[in-house]
Amino acid sequence: MKAIYKRELSSYFNNMIAPVCIAFLMAVVGLYFMAYNLYSGDPSFADALSASLFIFLVVIPILTMRSMAEDRRSRTDQLLLTAPITVTKVVLGKFFALLTVYAIPCVLFCFCPVIIKLASGSSGQVYWATDYATLLAFFLLGALYLSIGLLISSTTESQILSAVGTFAALFILYMWSSIVDFLPTNAIGNLAATIFILALLCLLLDSLTSSPKITAGVGVVGLAAIVITYIADSSLYESLLVNVLGKFSVSEVISSFASDQIFDVAGLLLYVSLTALCLFLTVQVIQRRRWN
Amino acid sequence: MIELRNLVKRYGSHLAVDHLNLTIEEGKIYGFLGPNGAGKSTTMNMMTGYLSPTEGEIIINGHDILEEPEEAKKCIGYLPEQPPVYMDMTVTEYLNFCAGLKNVPKDKRAAQIESVIHMTRLDGVEGRLIHNLSKGYRQRVGLAQAILGFPPIIILDEPTVGLDPKQIIEIRDLIRQLSEKHTVILSSHILSEVQEICDQIIIISHGKLIANDSADHLETHLKGSAVLQLTLQADAEDTGDLLNLVSGVTVQELNENDDGTTTALVEMEPGSDPRADIFFTFARAKKAILEMTVQTASLEDVFLELTEDGGIPAKSAPAASEAPAEPEPGWELEEESEEGGTD
Repeated sequence: MKAIYKRELSSYFNNMIAPVCIAFLMAVVGLYFMAYNLYSGDPSFADALSASLFIFLVVIPILTMRSMAEDRRSRTDQLLLTAPITVTKVVLGKFFALLTVYAIPCVLFCFCPVIIKLASGSSGQVYWATDYATLLAFFLLGALYLSIGLLISSTTESQILSAVGTFAALFILYMWSSIVDFLPTNAIGNLAATIFILALLCLLLDSLTSSPKITAGVGVVGLAAIVITYIADSSLYESLLVNVLGKFSVSEVISSFASDQIFDVAGLLLYVSLTALCLFLTVQVIQRRRWN
Repeated sequence: MIELRNLVKRYGSHLAVDHLNLTIEEGKIYGFLGPNGAGKSTTMNMMTGYLSPTEGEIIINGHDILEEPEEAKKCIGYLPEQPPVYMDMTVTEYLNFCAGLKNVPKDKRAAQIESVIHMTRLDGVEGRLIHNLSKGYRQRVGLAQAILGFPPIIILDEPTVGLDPKQIIEIRDLIRQLSEKHTVILSSHILSEVQEICDQIIIISHGKLIANDSADHLETHLKGSAVLQLTLQADAEDTGDLLNLVSGVTVQELNENDDGTTTALVEMEPGSDPRADIFFTFARAKKAILEMTVQTASLEDVFLELTEDGGIPAKSAPAASEAPAEPEPGWELEEESEEGGTD
């Protein structure tokens, strides 16, 4: 794992991908920092951070596009998968290398509240706790996006496809709360949507396990459970999707840190657990390909 | 050392490897031989744990590749068909990375890397980016990677493809050198190459094991059923009569030529050499022997014939066409090998 981590990290810097991405991230966040904090007199660095979340849509796909896809294209995956090392370690090595690249600007952002303090003089107020807590959330959100990029990169041999796919996924997550608002609130609409989601899950399950029996079993049991609860109490289904899917609005977590000054533990746990899920799925995608 | 038990690999409906049974013993050079698409690379990829078999087991030094992958993979160094090199690294950086992957102890890394660089004659290019190296050098870097850590088994998938003749000779020498301490398995679709370096030849076609025997054994077997071609100054009838006097030969064909001579094809009994007898018999009858040649079917002919669909006999190998019909103890035909592999 250490060997892979070191190789990936030095490769990001040799290829200039890391320096360019770090510079871009610094430039955009720096611009918001200058506009919000230094010129407009907003003392909260958290506001600048939550305003520059869109930067992930550009930086993350570029950082993650080659991590897995390039290995497959150049057949170096044969080296990694025949070495005495588990697939989990390969994936973790690559993930931590990405995380290290991304941690560099995050560490540099730690100086921003200090700059605000220095610029505002002795009378100025700085929201230390809010700023650093938001920065922590910003870092973990980036980690989650990196793991999504890694997962998408592992499904293809093409870096371009990987980048476009990651951009699409991140865009949906970025717009999540607006998209959720379009969902129906009446019971019957939610029933249909729930069944649709069940069908998607069954498709995913089938492609992961390649076992029609398990898929059919889960599908039938799930469908029965959905229909029975609907017949028993249809009011349960009202606004169900909006409520449930709204919980996965990952960029909302940052605004509750920044604007509402809440230390949202549940939100951070959501980030970490979704990151772990994506890494797990990445390992599964690679393992499964060997059986095809 | 390595045991393949009833190995099957399916790609959708295509059967790439079909119930393969094989035992690889220590200290030999094995040659996987087969036409393109015979299942050589797939088998090697399964042995090294890159692909998983659809059915069957692979046991490496007592470790099942699926159940104890790390232990099993430790015993193997693998050079795939396309050398798995990172273009953006220098040779030394790359080998250092591979040493780390293979868990070579840190204090031994520098010495090991130096020795594999020396063995694969990479001296002088250690500091260069792999991107800037020629195909032959990249192949050697791949080979260096496979040797690194000095695993007991080294598997090389078409190690000489795309190399120039001088490089091929160098790689062959290296493989011979390696076989002193390691078991080497290599694949090729070129027979002469396998014949030259391998102790044991495994012929695969359409994913099935067709022959598994030592190179010497294959040749002895073929010599046993060699054919003698004679040109004689006699008519066909006389030739036939005279040849029947000689023991240990069976007349296959008699052709009378326009100039009054006769060309005869005679099958010799295994282990006998009736050439002197034939000479004296014809000399006593005052019939001159103009030409006498022993035709041994080359391994190439056997290979072509064995790997052809339906076993159509190759024209140039009349003797070899008999081979599958009367297997000798050394020959493992497909049906026999299945029994042999399960005990």
